[in-house]
Parts: sequence; structure tokens; C-alpha cells
Amino acid sequence: MRIMSPLIAVLALVLVALVTAQVPGGQALLGIILPYLAFALFLGGVVYRVQHWAKSPVPFRIPTTCGQANSLPWIKQNKLDCPSTKAGVIGRMLLEVLLFRSLFRNTKAEIYEGPKLVYGSSKFLWLFALLFHYCFLVIILRHLRLFMDPIPGFVAALEFGDGFFQIGLPVFYQTDAIFLGALAFLFLRRVLLTNIRYISLPADYFPLFLISGIAITGILMRYFLRVDVVAIKQLTHGLATFSPAITGQIGSIFFVHIFLVCALLIYLPFSKLMHMAGVFMSPTRNMMNNSRMVRHINPWNDPKIKPHSYASYEDEFREFMVGADIPVEKELPAQPAEEEVAKAVE
Amino acid sequence: MYGKGRIIPALILFLGLMTTPMWYKSGDAGKMPKPEKPKDYTECVAPTAYMRTSHMVLLNEWRDDILREGGSRVGKTANGTEYVRSLQNGCMKCHNDKKKFCDACHNYTSVKPYCWDCHLQPKEAM
Repeated sequence: MRIMSPLIAVLALVLVALVTAQVPGGQALLGIILPYLAFALFLGGVVYRVQHWAKSPVPFRIPTTCGQANSLPWIKQNKLDCPSTKAGVIGRMLLEVLLFRSLFRNTKAEIYEGPKLVYGSSKFLWLFALLFHYCFLVIILRHLRLFMDPIPGFVAALEFGDGFFQIGLPVFYQTDAIFLGALAFLFLRRVLLTNIRYISLPADYFPLFLISGIAITGILMRYFLRVDVVAIKQLTHGLATFSPAITGQIGSIFFVHIFLVCALLIYLPFSKLMHMAGVFMSPTRNMMNNSRMVRHINPWNDPKIKPHSYASYEDEFREFMVGADIPVEKELPAQPAEEEVAKAVE
Repeated sequence: MYGKGRIIPALILFLGLMTTPMWYKSGDAGKMPKPEKPKDYTECVAPTAYMRTSHMVLLNEWRDDILREGGSRVGKTANGTEYVRSLQNGCMKCHNDKKKFCDACHNYTSVKPYCWDCHLQPKEAM
């Protein structure tokens, strides 16, 4: 059921788009109004989520320490996995964002007879996650050809590299195949590994199905059903220049594609896909481990509350402590003898 | 909000990158390509809608049929006009200006067909 409900949701989205594209005015709704709405929600949603996260104070250093911390001079520090300087943090973040270093450290645990617990390295998740994200990036950048005029040079370079093998016409893009393969891996991993299946929720399957739907409709549109690209560019370039118009004949498959993309844009800021921004804001990754060098003061401490040392605490409560037989560091001052008190009274 | 000094510039950078097509040399959407149609002929080898979306598939089919299957060089349109199934001697006979016909849409949509890696453009042939 945790797989079926997101699958049904995505299929329902496809069906909605197919029906709406046939209704008069539906194409303008799917092609013009919805993309603007989705894009605004995407930008607004991301900004909202980020500023919301930024409201949480992180007064103390909580980086995950994955290596030797800065210590005595003769102990070698692991500068990337337990950085104590800004440069170290930048290096760590760059490796994390660009190369998914924390996934590279992924391990698997297996139990053998004995019982014997064995840990081993597991690099496939890292490899396919990296392929998935970079293919997605290339595919998104390639789409700039539909939104810009003149088209920037790097887009043409990407298209050339991506279609390097010149297979078929329209030229086959390698990223399309790698992207689908990586998606299949990420999906099968959740289905076939029992421990991963156990912790997988609809929120894990839905983005996989939705992105697969986008990829499949895109591939259908390019290689199999084929659409009038000039008519589509008129619409998409019109969206970018705020003068959208649908004049030519555009196949329904385009409207399914753009509808699913809009669904993804709207879904993204409010889902786990926000790791896109979250990775930059993880205090466990972006903080220096310098607690032993710098005193970090809680920024929301009340300045009226002064530090209260134990010595002054004991000064304040010594009598009561002695009265309650609690040991004290400094005894009460010696009591004047009773005779002297009597004399004083006289 | 904490970390304003880093988060606000980062958000501005994000918004700027995401909206690049809206502000960077985005040009004029009304500037549609107008491929020049031949004056002497009114009928193409297949309906316009098909040619618009699938002309490249047709060219590939011709190549496979003629070069690999020994198919005929001669084709017939729906109205019975005979034509040569060939890029250089067929298509370019009517659409004789590559710059005004092919390139108009291909440049607009950043498509760089590799036809001309081997084939000669009409002008060069003359």
C-alpha cells in the first residue's frame, strides 16, 4: 500500500493532464497559468523553508566528527572530516555537495552464522545517487534551449557531449538512459532490500514515481511520439519573457510532461526533496569543530542573569547547608563564645 | 533569523539562477522562425504536421531503406507526384536554401543535425 498510493497518485496526475489538455482552455491552463503558479510556489516555498530553518538557533557546535579532531600538535588531525577551520568546512561542504562524500562512507551490515556481524563498504547507493543527480542537472540545463534566445553556448556544448555517439534521429542523449537506470536502481533498492523497504514511506516513493513520470514522458516526447518543438519553444520562451501564447499544434504528451513538472515544482519545497537547500544548512556538516578553541555563548541567554559561581552559591546558602549537614568548602565563621555574648548584653 | 549574512545572499543567488531565462538576454518571444517555403511547389512528400515533427525520422528511413535494403530512389506523394528520395537531390531540390529553410528552425531550437558533416549543401555543390 505504501507503494501503491503514490503510484496511483502519479497515474492520476497523468490522467488529469490528459483530460485537461482536451478541454477547451485546458491547454492554456496547463501550459501558461499552472507553470507560473508552480514556479512562484517553488521559489516562494524554498525561500520560506530556508528562512524558517534559519530561525532555529544553533548556538553550540554540533558537527558530526568523522575523524580525529584538532588536538595536540603531534596528533594528526583529519581536516576534512573534523574541520576546525573555515577552509576545512568549505572543503567538507564542497565534497558533500558536489561528490556526496557522506554517501561514499555508506556501509552495510550483514549477519553470518556464528552469529557474526560483518560490516562492509557499500558504494552502489553513492554511485547511482551521483549519476542520478548529475544527469538531472544536465537534463535541466539542456532544457534552457527552450527558454532562452539566443541560446547560451554551454547548452549547445552539453547537447553535443550528451549526444556524442550520434545514435538515431533525433540524436539519443546518454543522460536520458543513465537517468532512468539510476531511478530504477533507487526504486529497486527500496523494494528489494527488506530493511530499506521496511522504512520506506509514500513520501519516498512518490518523488521517485513523479520524476520517473517526467523522464518517461520526456523520452516519449523526444524519441517516440515527437512534437512540434518550434511551437513548444514559442510557448516556453513566451513563459520566460512573460508573453506566452499557444498557437501551433502541441501534442497532449507535452501537457502531461509539463503538468508533472509543475507537480514536482509545487511538491518540492514541502517535501524531502528540500535536501536541495537543506544540505547547505545542516549544522552537522557546516560547522567548525572548534569548541575547545573558542567559547561559544548562547545568543539568547538573558543578560540580566549573571553567572553564579559555586563559591558565591555557597556564600549565599552556607548557613542552610551547614544546618542540613551538607558538606561545605568553607566553614561558617567561628561563633562568638556564649560568655562574650552575655557580657555584651550586660 | 540567524546567519543573515550568508543566507540572504545565498537565497538571492538561488532566485537569480532560477530566473536566469527571465532576465538574461531572453530576447523577444514573438521572434518566431519563418522557414522559407518553395515558390514552385505546394506539396511536400508527407503532410506538413508530420514533416514538422518527424522529418528526421523520414530521412533516417530513406537512408536505411535505400542503402541497406536496396529500396527504390523514387517516391510518390499523396497526389501522385514523383520525387527523389534523397536529401541533396530530393529535399534540397525544392527547399534549395539551407540557411533560409533548415537553419531557421534548427537555430531557433538549438538543433545541430549532422547531415552536413557528409552531405554537401546546395550552394557548395554548384
